[in-house]
Amino acid sequence: MIARLNTALRRVPVWLVWIVALAPGLWVFWRGLNGALGADPVRTLELALGEKGLQLLILSLMVTPLRRLAGLNLLRLRRAFGLLAFTYIAAHLAAWLFLDMAGLWDQALRDIAKRPFITIGMTAFVLMLPLALTSNTASIRRLGARWRALHRLAYAAALLGGIHFVLIGKTLTARPLIYLALIALLLALRLPAPGLFRAGAAKSLR
Amino acid sequence: MTYKFRISLTDKDVTPEEIFLARRRIIASATAALAASALPSIARAGKHDTSGDVTPEEYATSYNNFIEFGAGKSTPSERAGKLTVKPWSVQIGGLVERPGDYNLEDILKAMRVEERIYRFRCVEAWSMVVPWRGFMLADLLKWAGVKPQAKYVAFETLYRPSEMPGQKSSRVDWPYREGLRLDEAMHPLTLMATGMYGKPLPKQSGAPLRLVVPWKYGFKSIKSVVRITLTEHQPKTTWNELVPEEYGFYANVNPDVSHPRWSQATERRLGGGFFSRRKRTRLFNGYADDVARLYEGMDLRKFY
Repeated sequence: MIARLNTALRRVPVWLVWIVALAPGLWVFWRGLNGALGADPVRTLELALGEKGLQLLILSLMVTPLRRLAGLNLLRLRRAFGLLAFTYIAAHLAAWLFLDMAGLWDQALRDIAKRPFITIGMTAFVLMLPLALTSNTASIRRLGARWRALHRLAYAAALLGGIHFVLIGKTLTARPLIYLALIALLLALRLPAPGLFRAGAAKSLR
Repeated sequence: MTYKFRISLTDKDVTPEEIFLARRRIIASATAALAASALPSIARAGKHDTSGDVTPEEYATSYNNFIEFGAGKSTPSERAGKLTVKPWSVQIGGLVERPGDYNLEDILKAMRVEERIYRFRCVEAWSMVVPWRGFMLADLLKWAGVKPQAKYVAFETLYRPSEMPGQKSSRVDWPYREGLRLDEAMHPLTLMATGMYGKPLPKQSGAPLRLVVPWKYGFKSIKSVVRITLTEHQPKTTWNELVPEEYGFYANVNPDVSHPRWSQATERRLGGGFFSRRKRTRLFNGYADDVARLYEGMDLRKFY
């Protein structure tokens, strides 16, 4: 089953992933232009782009655990997931700056400095910048071992992105917390203490 | 009370339907060219400054916070249909001369119902302009007879989980509660609404009877009211109990007092479309001339 899935995945062209992943974002934007996003279209667009970005970031973090735990090989598509996540986050930031804050630059700057959820979101975006710039084969060759170290920044970006989402609401709601829990789980799976997990697993079996 | 107030929004501020529709056409045709940056100036040009416009009804009745029906903005309009709003009785009690369970129809016979166009500002930094129909809370309180010891008015929303699915959540200590200081409750701007846009209140907007306090954040304007109690002490209020450092008892609209997590300096007006700019939020939501005197000498940062 997994083997067959892996064979099929090998045939998926990367450009198709890009088209499928970008389509919902373009669709939301198109609907917004046509006045079909309801009462508060800017807010709806911001939320849609940000959530999609977070989903793709989570997907990129799932590649390694899925390979280790289920044998599913998505490695070939991971770069696309990461770059798509960055594209959505960049569009999310652009929607906030140019549609929501449009013209209120002083308020935007003050909010970046003063509002924890905006500061955190902005930090996550800045952390993703070097990742997007080095998501190419030439950079991997040039940076060697340092590339892997650099790309651990994705962990921090995902965690900050998850916290950013949780802090937006009037109060805590379920969906952002589920994202944050998933991110925490995906990061925990990478902790360099597999013995600890095994001990815990053995205990729960007893 | 001899105090007089003025409503700055009148029927003249209501967007004529053809202008509303024309703006939509402009927006639709511009999409072809993606002339995004030029759009705000087109939409805002001309003598029809839309700043005082009544929000299109479809938006005001589909974008609601009514946690009794769930957390999403559209969940109230999707789920409120089941709510039984007739018969409806309101229990008026506490420090009043004539406490009792009053049928809403009997209350309405004694009240003078009028139209009021008010700005409405949510603590989440969005806003709208709504043509309400209702009577002054002051008239209802006088009708019930306020005892001299009374200093506050407490309100409760209906608690009926069978019709209000959001009430199955245990995170909120139901029923939803709100409160006002007596002078705020007696202020002539304070309305008990029974309708909007010339029709009875839609269920998602708090049918059949809700409070409207236009100079306070929207969560103060409690919906589907079943109990009004006059008290000597400041009553507990739902959002204040949930997150006391973020939502105060007063909750007056104030651009200079931020929510701890976001700025209140500006607001997005519902229905403005993709390219409408934020508006500067005004102190007491623009009703400072009418209500600022209620808070003279009070530190509005402390009593947020």
